Amino acid sequence: MGRYVIRRLIQAIPVLLGATLLIFAVVFALPGDPIAALAGEKRGNPVVVALLREQYHLNDPLIVQYGYYISGVFQGNLGRTYANVEVSQIIAAKFQVTVNLAITALVLEAIFGVGLGLWAALRRGKATDSMILASTLILVSVPTLVTGFVLQLLLGVQLRRWTGGVEIFPIAGVSDGWISYVVPGFVLAGTSIAYLTRLTRTSLVENLRADYVRTAVAKGMPRRRVVGRHALRNALIPLITFLGADLGTLMGGAVITESIFNIPGIGQELFRSVHERQQPVVVGIVTILVLVYILANLVVDLLYAVLDPRIRYE
Amino acid sequence: MKSAKTTATDVLPAEGGLGNDALLEVDDLHVEFVTRAGLVKAVNGVSYSLRPGESLAVLGESGSGKSVTAQAIMGILDMPPARIPQGSIKFRGTDLLKLSEDARAQIRGQRIAMIFQDALSALNPVFSVGWQISEMFRVHRGMSKRDAMKKAVELMERVRIPAARQRVNDYPHQFSGGMRQRIMIAMSIALDPEVLIADEPTTALDVTVQAQIMELLAELQRESNMGLILITHDLGVVADVADKIAVMYAGRIVENAPVRDIYKNPGHPYTKGLLESIPRVDQKGQELYAIKGLPPNLLDMPSGCAFHPRCPYRQDNCVTDVPPLNEINLDRNSACHYWREVLDGSHG
Repeated sequence: MGRYVIRRLIQAIPVLLGATLLIFAVVFALPGDPIAALAGEKRGNPVVVALLREQYHLNDPLIVQYGYYISGVFQGNLGRTYANVEVSQIIAAKFQVTVNLAITALVLEAIFGVGLGLWAALRRGKATDSMILASTLILVSVPTLVTGFVLQLLLGVQLRRWTGGVEIFPIAGVSDGWISYVVPGFVLAGTSIAYLTRLTRTSLVENLRADYVRTAVAKGMPRRRVVGRHALRNALIPLITFLGADLGTLMGGAVITESIFNIPGIGQELFRSVHERQQPVVVGIVTILVLVYILANLVVDLLYAVLDPRIRYE
Repeated sequence: MKSAKTTATDVLPAEGGLGNDALLEVDDLHVEFVTRAGLVKAVNGVSYSLRPGESLAVLGESGSGKSVTAQAIMGILDMPPARIPQGSIKFRGTDLLKLSEDARAQIRGQRIAMIFQDALSALNPVFSVGWQISEMFRVHRGMSKRDAMKKAVELMERVRIPAARQRVNDYPHQFSGGMRQRIMIAMSIALDPEVLIADEPTTALDVTVQAQIMELLAELQRESNMGLILITHDLGVVADVADKIAVMYAGRIVENAPVRDIYKNPGHPYTKGLLESIPRVDQKGQELYAIKGLPPNLLDMPSGCAFHPRCPYRQDNCVTDVPPLNEINLDRNSACHYWREVLDGSHG
């Protein structure tokens, strides 16, 4: 088991290198000069500009610049912005906010996705089932931008009229603690809830047809136990995998949601940095996201072995 | 849960209350399935009975309705699509089909137990075998985890699983096919059922292991005096274990008889065909006998006797008249118009 974890971590190194090199190349392919952007509308002092270009290795070929960057990363240094601020400092301040958002989304996803999926599976072929399936289709087809703004309008403007100005679900910023993450988290998790609902339904329906469920019935087990223990325990395995892998997706997908709800996380920071051509920040954030992705997948694979005794890692 | 238990004991017959009378009596049972293609009549008026300590082998090819009958007795048919329009299943005199679902759940596993064909898929892959056996004691007897586990080890020893104590926490996939079927058996006899239904218990196993499993079943049955219903398509398996045989074809019993009589002198052309299709050493080199034609389509059953398209004894009335279950003697019946000719061995 320990050796397996180490092997997986070593395997993660080429993935990290490839992903960062790719994003490095893409970011530098963006038109515009970051140093010129520092001076805004005016033209900068040519001496200062030349000095800065030298300091940030901007005159070197791309691969050399990448070499400087990645050797820094392995020493725990994500570099500095062109305004001379530590990238790690910028990310640290925003990272927690995005983690909060992603975890809220994940919890909502687990509750609604698994809950609705189970409900549909137990009412298979009935009206409830069809309604749940139809609503997941709608949820998948409507883009986050639309659900975000519609919920803002409904909960922020319309609901407030009913409650006489009292805000139940905050719809912007994060100043009210966990409750402020609920609506953005729901919007962020929207499509995932739909997919998880369908996956849960399929998985449980399939397991309810399994031979060992028939055995459990033949053993005289009460229906609650047949479904809740025998079938569900097996049906959960693919769901945990989906949820774990989705954590990375949720963090990466926070860019739009954070912009809609004005949440100061790394998504919003990423958006601004791309705009301001702060290449070191963009690459830094993506590097962190890649790491989260890799770790989440490793945890999922380890969980897999815990949930399914047929899987063993040597 | 508590209330279900009290109602169940109110309704259920007492153990051993009726002496040596029938333990289980299936009478004129019909089971049909509503499918998109139409109504599938899987079981068409099956009757058989079982006394304590008796072994009944139900023989027939796939689709003959032998498993469906067993599932109807257990009450594990999915209804719908299945339904039981007619018939009764009396367990110690009480018609199971008239009991509530709660009352039936009290009988399942505790008083009528079942073993399935493929133990690998019939055991839950994510729970240890000890957990699955001990579940019987925890749920039905309210035992503590520790006591139930002790019971599980005892049972595993009783079905002769080597190093039971060390293996009780292993998972089904860690056992061989034969050992898995032993675990299945241990689980089914956990609460000393009065009836054990074994649905093709050896089909998924290789021949040497088959013999061991059959021996184990016979031995357990002798020890506990339970009634055994052995469902199989393999005539070789039943000879040593069964007391009597019921042969099923197209959802009907075509012949029932004590096991010796049937091997010596079959009373139905289908039974005769089955016996002749067993490979024999003294006929090595000769072509293997096979019953000609295919099993009937349950959606479009032949008129008259369902076996007539494949029958070497066929006469005109076989195509039009459904043969009744004729009495050959006191404990022997054949659903053939020409059972006398079949017994004489002359091909009509």
